[in-house]
Amino acid sequence: MSAIISLSNIEKYYGEYHALRDINLEIAEGEFFSLLGPSGCGKTTLLRVIAGFETVSSGAVMIGGANMAHVPANKRPTNMVFQSYAIFPHLDVAQNVGFGLRRSSMSAAEKEAAVTDALKMVGLDGFGNRAAHALSGGQRQRVALARALVLQPKVLLLDEPLSALDKKMREQMQTELRRLQRQVGITFILVTHDQEEALIMSDRIAVMFEGQIAQLASPQELYRRPNTRRVGEFIGVMNFLEARQVGEVPDGVELEIEGLGRIDVTSAQMPEGARALADVIGLRPEALSLVYEGQPAPVHSVDAEVLDRAYYGDMTYYDMKLQGCSTPVTLSMKNLMSRQVLEPGQTARVAWEPGSLVLFASD
Amino acid sequence: MRGGWLRVYAIGYLVFLYLPVILLPLFAFNEGTVIAFPLKGFTTQWFVELAGIQALHGALLNSLFIALITASLSVLLGICAARASTRYRWPAKGPMMGVIMLPLVLPEIIVAVSLLVVIVQIFDLPLSAWSVIAGHTLICTPFAIAILTSSFQGLDLSLEEAAVDLGESRWGAFSKIVLPLVSPGIVASFLICFTISLDEFIIAFFLTGAEPTLPVYIWGQLRFPTKIPAVMALGTLMLVASLLILSVAEYFRRRGVRRIGGKDSGGFL
Ligand SMILES: Nc1ncnc2c1ncn2[C@@H]1O[C@H](COP(=O)(O)OP(=O)(O)OP(=O)(O)O)[C@@H](O)[C@H]1O
Ligand SMILES: [Mg+2]
Repeated sequence: MSAIISLSNIEKYYGEYHALRDINLEIAEGEFFSLLGPSGCGKTTLLRVIAGFETVSSGAVMIGGANMAHVPANKRPTNMVFQSYAIFPHLDVAQNVGFGLRRSSMSAAEKEAAVTDALKMVGLDGFGNRAAHALSGGQRQRVALARALVLQPKVLLLDEPLSALDKKMREQMQTELRRLQRQVGITFILVTHDQEEALIMSDRIAVMFEGQIAQLASPQELYRRPNTRRVGEFIGVMNFLEARQVGEVPDGVELEIEGLGRIDVTSAQMPEGARALADVIGLRPEALSLVYEGQPAPVHSVDAEVLDRAYYGDMTYYDMKLQGCSTPVTLSMKNLMSRQVLEPGQTARVAWEPGSLVLFASD
Repeated sequence: MRGGWLRVYAIGYLVFLYLPVILLPLFAFNEGTVIAFPLKGFTTQWFVELAGIQALHGALLNSLFIALITASLSVLLGICAARASTRYRWPAKGPMMGVIMLPLVLPEIIVAVSLLVVIVQIFDLPLSAWSVIAGHTLICTPFAIAILTSSFQGLDLSLEEAAVDLGESRWGAFSKIVLPLVSPGIVASFLICFTISLDEFIIAFFLTGAEPTLPVYIWGQLRFPTKIPAVMALGTLMLVASLLILSVAEYFRRRGVRRIGGKDSGGFL
């Protein structure tokens, strides 16, 4: 796989405000790439830098091996799906989709065929004559997609394309976007602040905080091995417990963890810089489980009390107080018919999975 | 009764505002040569008389010419100003826009006198239709800016960026996307500037050359009592024309609001 987009040492200032800090990024051809981060972290700015709507203060943007420094937005091999969709209100659907083809050398018949194909691809077959204002939110989004895809760009940029849709529609479009991307093979760069969306759709994700890339990894890697406590907090739910190194073992250390006791941790579980004596461990809710009566208690288990619970139908999330531990932890259990849902105040034994521990340097 | 006084006030307000205007067509169709009650009989002779006055036709053509050029200039300037003020930021933008909009509240007599001084004393130019056009453009441009700004403001900025993203140049995006979307505003502001220029008296009176505009001509005729009924007829025609033009302007303004899917927040009519 070769890099279609390569960003090196990108810095962007808005006056005094440092919006992008030393961004280095290579995105492979045909990749579904996501920029994920909280509001105001610079995702849109980075996308607009790639599209050519913002100039960088320093650094280089390369697309398809060519330096984009002096290439204006209308000459770049990228197309964008705007957050507001930016459907031209005075044109009908077919005119919107065909807008970018006006300057191409195709014959009128070819253009019409391309528009029809693009509409078919996004599931808007036969909507060509519809007025732009007579479209639902989901349909507008599809028109925006078709309008960009019809030009067969090297890279498609999507700025929170699904945030205006309701939950059901959003989930449907997530699958559809993913299918579409595999079908056309174009590189997609998706901006989102929804971590679930990024995990579901992406090949790789760059997590951004305050204009900086905090971690760049595949969804699994990101979820399993967040490299800082902040990333772990941002992606899904994670429990953090204080840990102290009490000894050394071959290829690892022995830790004393608040509420969980002593355990050997291998160096694979430790990200860079996490070898300090006082550390923090992270544990996902699914790495903890309730031990029901009659089941044998595993070696790694402790007594605990239910503080609160949230019932989701398929799952129940419990807030538990571990014995001898001041920090409450969250654990999740699948709701099988045979499993009783515990109430606040009840006590139970909690088992935990040592292999799922992630170690962080305390900040 | 709730709102009783408010109702009386509203009716009184409307009567004071429009009664004089209603008198205009009333006397235009009145047979008597004196403007007084009781009315005599119904006649259209004053309108017929109008058709025969050569000087009137000259004044009318002169006014139409001035209004046309004024409206075109004002709209052109208005588009530039409205676009700039809604799209860009620059130092001292507030004061600068304020100065541009100032003629809206400046007494016309001041505009007229100062222009007269500038044109005649400083540049030593002859007064002509063009000096009136200069004055009218000055007072019409703020109206054009006010209407066009609301058109431009309703536009989603990303529409233009989307057009550029799809391969258009900046001018292409402006002419193919922005202009069509604000065109109702352009038509509306053109018509309003046209009407303002057509009716305007003070500036025209000071700056007009050998050929008077229609309002100046009418004012001249008021000195001759026998001409007054004909002036009434002329006034009636102008009233109808103004109402017609303003209605068309409002129609286009509303269409513009609908077109970009915005909410109507009040207009001229
Ligand atoms: N034109 C601008 N002038 C000055 N500051 C700007 C400009 N555009 C963005 N910013 C600032 O840069 C920061 C990053 O903005 P950006 O739009 O990239 O955030 P984002 O990550 O896309 O957030 P969101 O999820 O809310 O869309 C913000 O703090 C914003 O206020
Ligand atoms: Mg954004």
